[in-house]
Amino acid sequence: MAEKWKTGLLGWIDARFPLSSMWNEHLAEYYAPKNFNFWYYFGSLALLVLVMQIITGIWLTMNYKPDAQLAFSSVEYIMRDVNWGWLIRYMHSTGASFFFITVYLHMFRGLLYGSYKKPRELIWIFGMIIYVCLMAEAFMGYLLPWGQMSYWGAQVIISLFGAIPGIGDALALWIRGDYVVSDVTLNRFFAFHVIAIPIILLALVVMHILALHEVGSNNPDGVEIKKVKGPDGHPLDGIPFHPYYTVKDIVGVAVFLILFCIVVFFIPEMGGYFLEHDNFFPADPLKTPPHIKPLWYFTPFYAILRAVPDKLMGVVAMAAAIVLLFFLPWLDRSPVKSIRYRGLSYKVALTVFVISFLALGFLGGEPPSPLYTSFSRLFSVLYFGFFAVLLILPIFEKTKPVPDRVTSK
Amino acid sequence: MKMRFLLLLLMVTPALSLAAEGGIHLDKANIDPENQQSLQRGAKLFVNYCLSCHPAAMMRYERMGKDLGIDEKLVAENLMFTGGRVGDLMTVATNPEDAKAWFGTAPPDLSVIARSRGVDWLYTYLRSFYLDPSRITGVNNLVFPDVGMPDVLWELQGWQKPVITTEKDADGTERKIIKLELVQPGKLSPKEFDRAVRDLVNFLAYMGEPAKQEREQLGVKVILFLLVFLVVAYLLKREYWKDVH
Repeated sequence: MAEKWKTGLLGWIDARFPLSSMWNEHLAEYYAPKNFNFWYYFGSLALLVLVMQIITGIWLTMNYKPDAQLAFSSVEYIMRDVNWGWLIRYMHSTGASFFFITVYLHMFRGLLYGSYKKPRELIWIFGMIIYVCLMAEAFMGYLLPWGQMSYWGAQVIISLFGAIPGIGDALALWIRGDYVVSDVTLNRFFAFHVIAIPIILLALVVMHILALHEVGSNNPDGVEIKKVKGPDGHPLDGIPFHPYYTVKDIVGVAVFLILFCIVVFFIPEMGGYFLEHDNFFPADPLKTPPHIKPLWYFTPFYAILRAVPDKLMGVVAMAAAIVLLFFLPWLDRSPVKSIRYRGLSYKVALTVFVISFLALGFLGGEPPSPLYTSFSRLFSVLYFGFFAVLLILPIFEKTKPVPDRVTSK
Repeated sequence: MKMRFLLLLLMVTPALSLAAEGGIHLDKANIDPENQQSLQRGAKLFVNYCLSCHPAAMMRYERMGKDLGIDEKLVAENLMFTGGRVGDLMTVATNPEDAKAWFGTAPPDLSVIARSRGVDWLYTYLRSFYLDPSRITGVNNLVFPDVGMPDVLWELQGWQKPVITTEKDADGTERKIIKLELVQPGKLSPKEFDRAVRDLVNFLAYMGEPAKQEREQLGVKVILFLLVFLVVAYLLKREYWKDVH
């Protein structure tokens, strides 16, 4: 095989650019564990959504006007007068929510199977930076339609920076470029949303994948497949990513696209969760909506922010809720990776953590009330409690023996 | 384990909340977006009663005619009072500054009003004006208290007057209940008027998203294709994975 490649066009290219060797290293001869399950679809799906967002984004940019006077109606112009504009716009708005769905499930997979543990700490760190960039990308993109929720959401979130002692107000002013969110803010958010952050995101995704391919993929058993190699030097429990996982991921893509298209074509507003009703009012700096809330993917952190009575401490708690995730590889000290062989204590802790996150997500989208605030406090404590429990878990966690080889299904 | 997590995820996501805002009960609009005659009647009401003050500046007459099955000539003759070309946007001649001086606020653009307010809100709002001498317009509204808009549909509906009764809740607190009563009939009977407002709201809903019908029709085809694609993809995967043990 290799001899044949040295001739013809491919040979010409390979002599000048490592095309075949890259193809082999990352696809045809990248050995992935053969026991990937349902949770292993979301990495490739997140990549699919990223590409879809970039492409639909490019086409939206062709008709969108980042101008406070024109932004709102230019979006409606896309929805009405641009050929297929409505489809491109709905794909982009639905894609934003689906991006977070896939990324949250992808991250949850990491928690299930300890994918962030040694030697995969950097993969996790890159992934977390991707997540933070994604939040910035989504937040800035949400200002662009220039609806009431775009405007006031941005106003509230940027004002959070004002809570930082000393430099707060100057910092918020510097971010907005004006005393309130205005045309200036819209223009710079547009610049960040369409150029700066996407470039960083793409670079990080490459680093995320390179780091993964350097150490190899984890799997539902949390076993290192590289430890048991056959005579050919390939892991006995590994199969080449291409064609096995490419054809498998295509099945995942088909299922994903069906769900995605149901939303795009039949429920693009998703009952006000993906496109908020209030955002069909053009931004009005003089009219504060009664209930300002971020989109659903930010509501868990928004609930934590509101649960703390002091504004500065609330911001600190909200930031900590994200920052702590970065340290998971070192907070979770159990030598056992996969939940399959971990003790009941970890399973309970993780379940409580997931319930807290979902409950906070619900509470953050509701108008504040004394009852809901108490619940937000309870679930915030449980959310942070997870990280504390991880530290002391090794003392009493009874893990099961981990097999040497992966188990089939 | 896996199932339990999936169940959890399913349980606690959406559908938990969607409580109606405010206290007022909204009547169901029950619009029929596929009823073209209703949409045409709604369009007529819209250009006659709304478009003199409210712009719908993101909508074109031409698009409306095409989607609603109204001939371009008919659109120009019967639905465009300000002249211009059928390709024009549905703007108004009123200067927003003047409008603000007259009504206290510039009449909002109605292009996407059905998407922000919702059809039930609009349907109830347009039928909930009542006489209130304390207001400069002479009317007030149950759904939108102290609204700046006059009751433009009064000649169709007639005038309503509020009848206030108090009622005790289960827990003993008194509640005011305002019901509206027709004191002077209009051109239409209450039933006909409800239908007229339903037509108008139907049109507003159409205008909120003219591509909706096209979207749903295309959606069926796309999903059918994806289902076939899924079967092919699954068979391909099964074929390849035969040699993985």
